[in-house]
Amino acid sequence: MTRTTRTLVLVIVTALLAAVAVVYTIRAAGRSDGGPSQDITEVTLDQPGRILFRTTAAGTGRDHLAAVDLARTGKDDGADDRRISPTSCLVFHAAHGTGVCLKLANAALHTYNAVVLDNRLLPVDSHETAGTPSRARVSPGGNLVAWTVFVGGESYAGLDFSTRTSILDRRSGTLYDNLETFTVIRDGKPYTAADINVWGVTFAADENRFYATVSTDGHRYLAEGDLAAKTLRTIHDNVECPSLSPDGTHIAYKKRIAGTDPSRPWKLFTLDLRTGTETPTSETRTLDDQAEWLDNTTVLYTLPGDLRADVWAVNADGTGQPKMMVRYALSPTVLRP
Amino acid sequence: MYLSSSRSGDVTTGVRPARDGRVPQAATPPARASRVARVVAPNVIALGLVSLVTDISSEMVTAILPVYLVLGLGLSPLAFGMLDGLYNGATAFLRVAGGHIADRTRRHKPVAGLGYGLSAACKLALPAVSSVPGIGAVITADRMGKGIRTAPRDALISLSSPADQQGRAFGVHRAFDTTGALLGPFAAMAVLWFTAQAYDAVFVVSFCFAAFAVLLLVLYVREAPAAPEAKAATGRPRLREAVAVLRVPGFARVCAYALVLGAATIGDGMVYLLLQRRVDLRPHLFPLLPFGTALGFLLLAVPVGLLADRVGRLRVFLLGHGVLLACYLTLLTPLPRAAAVALPLLLLGVFYAATDGVLMAVAAPLAPARLRGGSLALVQTGQAAGRALGAVAFGAAWTAWGPHQALVAAAVTLAAAGAAAALTAHRYDTSPREPAR
Repeated sequence: MTRTTRTLVLVIVTALLAAVAVVYTIRAAGRSDGGPSQDITEVTLDQPGRILFRTTAAGTGRDHLAAVDLARTGKDDGADDRRISPTSCLVFHAAHGTGVCLKLANAALHTYNAVVLDNRLLPVDSHETAGTPSRARVSPGGNLVAWTVFVGGESYAGLDFSTRTSILDRRSGTLYDNLETFTVIRDGKPYTAADINVWGVTFAADENRFYATVSTDGHRYLAEGDLAAKTLRTIHDNVECPSLSPDGTHIAYKKRIAGTDPSRPWKLFTLDLRTGTETPTSETRTLDDQAEWLDNTTVLYTLPGDLRADVWAVNADGTGQPKMMVRYALSPTVLRP
Repeated sequence: MYLSSSRSGDVTTGVRPARDGRVPQAATPPARASRVARVVAPNVIALGLVSLVTDISSEMVTAILPVYLVLGLGLSPLAFGMLDGLYNGATAFLRVAGGHIADRTRRHKPVAGLGYGLSAACKLALPAVSSVPGIGAVITADRMGKGIRTAPRDALISLSSPADQQGRAFGVHRAFDTTGALLGPFAAMAVLWFTAQAYDAVFVVSFCFAAFAVLLLVLYVREAPAAPEAKAATGRPRLREAVAVLRVPGFARVCAYALVLGAATIGDGMVYLLLQRRVDLRPHLFPLLPFGTALGFLLLAVPVGLLADRVGRLRVFLLGHGVLLACYLTLLTPLPRAAAVALPLLLLGVFYAATDGVLMAVAAPLAPARLRGGSLALVQTGQAAGRALGAVAFGAAWTAWGPHQALVAAAVTLAAAGAAAALTAHRYDTSPREPAR
């Protein structure tokens, strides 16, 4: 090949590749998210009897927060007249007029923020998180906000020091950045170890106590936390991502079961805090989610579905059968009076 | 250098073969050689550009892949971690295969081109698949492409450069390479910003870069001139021969150094994690730490490569591990905040500048030219295996003893391994200096 031919080939092919890149990028910028356009309306937190969630239905409102009346849940085709808000979140929870929204800050740098939302889902406060969003919770009174992220991206999955959990007290503005620094009390005795790891906070009604998973020494304990005393006291083993019932008597959680899908080895259980009795729910599929209580007898949780995920419901006492609640949805939050 | 620069007698320069097809020998009179020596072989520049553009392409994808998989497709981070382990394992074997096949066919360029082409095609396949097994397959194919191309490419770099300028050649190549790696995430960021988070546009633009790199390779990279010994040798290199290169004493020792010193390192991710625990960094600054290291590597790759040619490449390679030890020590010593952040990053960058390309420059002249690709693959595989071992061991030590003690243990291990390597290197190398030019 002569020098001239080579230059000619270089110029032509480079021009072609550049054209493909530019045209595709401009078209991608111009299009909507694909699928039908969806109406965007205001959604607020002061409307009991609704479920809020991150909608994954195809369309312009994908990954936005959406609300649906409890009366209209269970529509198998997803035609539930969901109201889609302009706010988008990856992980979301809300209570008593306060929301927490974990969202992407910069995709290429893998940075995320934990944003506190007001009653109208408008941001009031933002905190940088140390990694990829995992769980988020707001206390029943709306004063405490917790979030868990995977630290250091994904490369440490498999090692046991891969999450970080923070709690924000909105009354004082105090941020407890890393719950691993709290005093762990194992079997009644103060306990220190290098491999302590905390995730999946759920709050009690007194706006101080909480429950979370404390992992150390090969165990994944349910721990009762005290924010004022900065302690975590283990009370039960093999409990992950706890969720406290509204009456404060039961914990719904995922329990690790040997011999199941290695990437999702958990099944949904409930624990009676007064007796310590574990009850398997009738949901036989494995799941990876922090459950949400619909009321004191029913638990909501997410399972993988056609468009990413669906929200299901099952009785807490092990009876009945699982029921599909909201198609194409993640991070369900029940708005309570 | 050392034992076999005379033995292997494979030295070829980066200049084109003379019109009559004669390959200039290493023994070319200094007058001409020194003029050529001031520049880098055109082939090395061409390969550097190919790597630069390829790294823009692959780092664009690497930057957004976790977010795309975990948040877009809903893969759990645990499942993503498994995918990660899967494709890292898949490449080790292909690296050796790619190097050997290139030697066997005496065609390094097409084999490297195949690897670059395969990875380019994968960039287009990524947005088309959405199932976990499908994505696993595409990522594995992409890594296979990287595995196939690495050894023939490094063989081309070394075969295109005189034996006494291997450090310079690899330094220049790694500087190009790292520039691309630095630019990639910013290219991805720009596309995401312009398209309001259209991941598929990132994949398509990444493909265009990858295809452009293949074009540059096809048009401007030349096959390495055949070595005189290769012409003399009858038949093609057998696999048995390729492995027998380990019997060349100097070469085997370099492989052992790569493996053992690799096992004494803890992995960059751990350095950043330790740094983050020590200094209360804003979480959003954490992802920028690798850029500090890459910048150090980029700026120092050429000067350290030149230094290596001057004072001895193995010596610089071993000293590089001394720098890594200093990096660990800065993580253990109380320092003012600015120094506590900057020093470990800078030292880690120096470590890479002194070890990444330099290791190839140490190993290449020790292996016969006709076995160059497979030989370099062996060294790379040894180092990769060592590093994987080191990362696992450090993870276990961290879990058992906590970060501080684990780092102390890592520093002690590295000091011991480095001292052992330095002692044996000193014992065997009676003449650590380069042959005079």
